[in-house]
This record gives sequence, C-alpha cells and structure tokens, in this order.
Amino acid sequence: MDTWLDGNAMGGPLRELFSVDVTSAMSRCANCGMVGPLAQTRLFEHAPGMVARCPNCDSILMRMVRGPGRAWLDMQGMSYLQLPMPEEG
Amino acid sequence: MARAAVLGRLTWRVGRVVSVRDESETARTIAIDVPDWPSHLAGQHVDVRLTAEDGYSAQRSYSIASRPSDDHLELTVQRLVDGEVSPYLTQVLEPGDQLELRGPIGGWFVWRPAEQAPTVLVGGGSGVVPLMAMVRQRIAEGLPTPMRLIYSARSPETVLYGDELRAASKLDPQLRVDLTYTRKGPPGWQGRVGRLDPDRLAELTWPASAAPNAFVCGPTGFVEAVADMLVDQGHDAQRIKTERFGPSG
Repeated sequence: MDTWLDGNAMGGPLRELFSVDVTSAMSRCANCGMVGPLAQTRLFEHAPGMVARCPNCDSILMRMVRGPGRAWLDMQGMSYLQLPMPEEG
Repeated sequence: MARAAVLGRLTWRVGRVVSVRDESETARTIAIDVPDWPSHLAGQHVDVRLTAEDGYSAQRSYSIASRPSDDHLELTVQRLVDGEVSPYLTQVLEPGDQLELRGPIGGWFVWRPAEQAPTVLVGGGSGVVPLMAMVRQRIAEGLPTPMRLIYSARSPETVLYGDELRAASKLDPQLRVDLTYTRKGPPGWQGRVGRLDPDRLAELTWPASAAPNAFVCGPTGFVEAVADMLVDQGHDAQRIKTERFGPSG
C-alpha cells in the first residue's frame, strides 16, 4: 500500500475490545525501543485485519483480526503498553 | 478525569438522519439524531457502517464536526470519486434514513479546553472537519485560548465552512483563520498558490518559543509534510498531534 492511516483509525476496533480508549496508550517498540502513542503508529489495512507499524523503524507493533465471535491480537512487536488510568485507581 | 473512566465496550448503534446540508459540490454535512449519545470531545470521530442486502458491509471513519453541546451529531463527509461509502452518504442518504455508527472514538487527537496553551490547527482538505469542531467548541464556550487555523484547500470551491470561519475570525481577535490554496485562488487573490511550504507555515503559526499545541489533520502526505516542518522549526514533537485520512481525496 502506498500510503497509510495512523493508529487513530484503530480506535473503533479497539474500543470494541477494551472499555477505555487505547489509542492514547503508549507502546514501546520491541525492535527499536521507540515509545509513542498507538494513535501515531502507521496503520495498514491488511485483510482480514489491520497491522500497526512503528513510525520509527517500520517493524510490526501489533496485528489485529476480528472475526465472528472472536478478536485476535498479536502484540509481540511491543514490549509494553502503558495506559492512562484515573488518579485514584 | 471522566475520560479515563471505565465506560464499557463500544458497540454499534443506530442513528436517524435529521437533515443534510451541502458544504460544497462534493461535501455534505449530515445531522444525525443518536439516542443516548454520550457527548463527545472535539477531535473525536465515529465509525459508520453500511450493510448491503447481501450482507456485504463497509466501514469508514468520519470526524465529528459538531460541538459537544449541539442537539444532533454532525458529520461532514467528503465525496471521493472512487469511494465506496462517501457517494452513498453524500448523494443518497436522506432525512429519515437510519445510519449505523459507533462512537465517539478517540483519546489522542482531541482538544481539551482546560489546556490553555495557544493552539494551532493545520488542516488539509477535509482534514479541517475535526479542527472545525475544536473552533466551534472554543467559540460556543467563550474560551480564551488563542487559536490559529491554517486551512489548505485546493480552491475556493472546495472550502468548507468558509462563511462561518470568516465571521468567527472577524468577531474574535484571538481566533485567526488563514486559508491557503493549492490549485486555484479566489478572484483577485494576490497570494501564492501551491502546497503549504515551511516559510508560509512559519509566517502563519506561533514560533516554537510560544510552545503551542498543534493539531494537524488531512491526507497522509500533507500531515507528514506539515508535522516535519513544525519539528524542523523547533516545535516540540510531543505537542504535535496528528490524524491522517489516507490518500488524498
């Protein structure tokens, strides 16, 4: 694909799985160590799912496939995901 | 902070089209009544799903144009020549029709009015839509945040919200709106025509020393170029938020 979307477009599919917005969560690329929000990753539609790549080194951070009755997430490309939480939690 | 509260998973819901309004020859604003709409933040979007009789479905994301305080949810949809969804939304969908949607979505590319830093909004083509929600909210709530909108459009015919932006910037010295044209300017236009370049961008935005927040939205190529320009001009990358709409419409 010549061009890409960014991780903002993953917001809807991820909100189907998680009860909070995950696009503002920070991930660390397991390949190059870059830390940034999922919203700013490079998103490629890759039927039947989508692939999010590190904007720094282009390696795959996350793959997601949604099918009837299940969703499949491969997050081996990120070494952590850090989510914002309410202050008191 | 309510935004970090546990809300439950988001599912599809059905809205009813209340009205449609052409913004240009190829773009239309659709006002939708969505029962129990939980309000939204400027910058958020919804996913829209169309399902054909044979079960084939297509989804697209559209930025919310309306203010959180508005009665109905408004989306401004740009018709793409080879689009699968936009021709239906801009030419077939009419008041009374139902529309399946999911939202509001997004926690990154959102404007939080409590932040008082000067805010620069840079929009290319239909990328102006979520930025317009930010401008509208600022006006509706009488917020003092200095705001500048730099809007790059192909030609005067493709400009969205032109009258509203002109009127708004006349009323408020802290809101500045600048249009640039990539293909053709309006009659009597003295300025350059062409892609937004670093010099022009620097003229229209605050210097890095003002530490503005920036929101950049539009086709991917536009966003990449503008974000790079801002960083080259010394702006803090962490203060630049971007939303890419994919290939140019």
